[in-house]
Amino acid sequence: MSLLQLENLSVSFGNFRAVDNISYKVEEGEVLGIVGESGSGKSVSSLSIMGLIDFPGKVSADQLTFDSQDLQAMPEKQRRKLTGSDIAMIFQDPMTSLNPCFTVGYQIIEALKTHQDGNKKELKARAIELLTQVGIPAPESRLGNYPHQLSGGMSQRVMIAMSIACDPRLLIADEPTTALDVTIQAQIIDLLVELQRKKQMGLVLITHDLALVAEVAHRVIVMYAGQIVESGPASEVFSTPKHPYTQALLASLPESASGKARLEALPGVVPGQYDRPLGCLLSPRCPYATDHCRKVEPANQGDLDRQVKCHTPLDSEGRPAA
Amino acid sequence: MNESDSRLILKAENLKQHYHVKQGLLKPEVTVKAVDGISFNLEKGKTLAVVGESGCGKSTLGRMLTMIETPTEGRLAHLGEDLLTLTKDAQAKLRQKIQIIFQNPYGSLNPRKKIGSILEEPLVINTSLSKSERKEKALSIMEKVGLKAEHYDRYPHMFSGGQRQRIAIARGLMLDPNVIVADEPVSALDVSVQAQVLNLMMDLQDEFGLSYVFISHDLSVVEHIADDVMVMYLGKVVEQGSREQLFENPKHPYTLALLSSTPQLSPEKRRQRIKLEGELPSPLNPPSGCAFNGRCAYANDRCRSETPTLRLDSSEEQEQGHLIACHAVAEKRIGTLVEGAA
Ligand SMILES: Nc1ncnc2c1ncn2[C@@H]1O[C@H](COP(=O)(O)OP(=O)(O)OP(=O)(O)O)[C@@H](O)[C@H]1O
Ligand SMILES: Nc1ncnc2c1ncn2[C@@H]1O[C@H](COP(=O)(O)OP(=O)(O)OP(=O)(O)O)[C@@H](O)[C@H]1O
Ligand code: SF4
Ligand SMILES: [Mg+2]
Ligand SMILES: [Mg+2]
Repeated sequence: MSLLQLENLSVSFGNFRAVDNISYKVEEGEVLGIVGESGSGKSVSSLSIMGLIDFPGKVSADQLTFDSQDLQAMPEKQRRKLTGSDIAMIFQDPMTSLNPCFTVGYQIIEALKTHQDGNKKELKARAIELLTQVGIPAPESRLGNYPHQLSGGMSQRVMIAMSIACDPRLLIADEPTTALDVTIQAQIIDLLVELQRKKQMGLVLITHDLALVAEVAHRVIVMYAGQIVESGPASEVFSTPKHPYTQALLASLPESASGKARLEALPGVVPGQYDRPLGCLLSPRCPYATDHCRKVEPANQGDLDRQVKCHTPLDSEGRPAA
Repeated sequence: MNESDSRLILKAENLKQHYHVKQGLLKPEVTVKAVDGISFNLEKGKTLAVVGESGCGKSTLGRMLTMIETPTEGRLAHLGEDLLTLTKDAQAKLRQKIQIIFQNPYGSLNPRKKIGSILEEPLVINTSLSKSERKEKALSIMEKVGLKAEHYDRYPHMFSGGQRQRIAIARGLMLDPNVIVADEPVSALDVSVQAQVLNLMMDLQDEFGLSYVFISHDLSVVEHIADDVMVMYLGKVVEQGSREQLFENPKHPYTLALLSSTPQLSPEKRRQRIKLEGELPSPLNPPSGCAFNGRCAYANDRCRSETPTLRLDSSEEQEQGHLIACHAVAEKRIGTLVEGAA
């Protein structure tokens, strides 16, 4: 049984489907990378797992289970207890998720309190232990700090400390390092992966940095305009992409071009709410699109382990199937 | 001027920008050395990339090069003319030749103005072109950057991030500059849009012989677009050289750490990660000696007391212009470092 399993999850805001029938699963001890352009539904889909989509947003799914427990059927209170302890999330913007009015120590202890018992002294000791774990030097002296007194890398580490406070079995990290410099990013990612390995946690890493996912994820999901267009083992997806969008994304990276040559840019832009095309959502931009693609939405091909949503998936040479 | 001089568009010598910052009522004023002695030559049609972590002074350098701010010290010459000693009028004229594209494509365009007037504004201020001439010019530049004529009457919020960056580039081109300072022009963009904008910049460089000062913290972008590279750390250049020198034969421990921390798509290109300890130092309270010493594996007592100067690497006399500021390199305490994959 997978740790997290979702089937045909959709999230709509009015007529707009921000997340459109996505299915995936996360195993214990697995790092799953989710990549895709801005606005492709990476954050919204994760927030819906956490039960954090507010009215008028609407979530539906054929299946949404954590460790065999049905998240949709369980009482609100029980779900809230589960998300926050067993499932935790590091949010995209750390500055808005740390409360500027309270000290770091207070916020960590509050997070601990909601899910575990203990007297003041015990909780404080646990808070210090957490800050030590995430590599904050002299943690005791930091408990009294307010968020603005911390550097970007430090507040990110405090965020991580809070998210692992209750020993989650699944951690969703939404762009945990985007605002940080590369050397600090490397420190934070090392930290996350080390925690993940030690505790055999499931880790969902959301980012638009393809190379980062290529380095740390076991499996990867590629999203485009609210849909999953391709998924599979990271090494396979990056070496032999089957979806034209994945192929185009990889080709557009500077490291894919030699010398000072032009980059292979996919023409056009991602469809928005009002210009969603018929058929395959990539069809207006896809170099391989046929009339069929422009009329009929492709089904997902293959089982969940290696899936592609394209009428003519690419072969190992990167050419569309006949 | 001889041949090589006329190709030299911009020459910076020992540029400094020191800010005096009040810390509170009772505390004394402190000096932030945002940029502390930077020199380079930029030739026609070339790209100089400036890399380094947040707060190291990249944008401050950009503001000095475009004369938005006057350096507290140093010399800056455009085609041999000293920019800092000119009269205000002469300065204003030369200023048109060096344009800047800002970091954030969302914040840098006035939301209440249509694209047409955003583009024509510099012409209104700096030229005597008539209304119809201005419009003609705007439309021709819009075409160059891949915008359509129908966009002329639209407002910035109607455009995607990539299109807004095209507008910003178009605005930079309105006064026929020969140098463009691009401050993180693609950092806020998705990779596929980033590719479109980088292609555009390279095409314009070919067409107009533009020189770029390209500020970025993304080394894969820099490796693609730069001719020369300057690596900054806390206001100072720690390593400077050609793209080949920097990427194939990096020397400074910070450059090595940067390169090894940058995620790589292909497993063959991954480098053995050099793990840094500690946080970025505060510019308000910089460490003594080498600014990198608190995070550097090679730091010794000399590093903690004496600031290393930028100098040619003695081990490679035949290689021109590869400069490094590191005691360990000068003392040959660092051998060849970066071995291939991890
Ligand atoms: N509360 C909301 N109401 C209406 N639309 C929303 C809401 N929240 C998100 N959206 C829309 O849903 C889509 C998906 O957004 P989401 O934040 O998941 O994108 P993302 O993939 O995380 O992008 P990024 O990489 O920029 O973080 C976007 O078009 C967004 O504008
Ligand atoms: N007007 C100012 N007054 C005082 N300090 C300033 C001023 N402008 C910049 N600084 C300081 O100078 C240093 C360099 O800032 P700068 O914006 O040039 O960095 P940067 O390299 O562009 O960083 P980033 O990558 O985050 O854009 C920082 O410590 C900054 O706080
Ligand atoms: S001078 Fe010393 S501290 Fe600075 S980079 Fe070189 S070895 Fe490291
Ligand atoms: Mg997001
Ligand atoms: Mg800057």
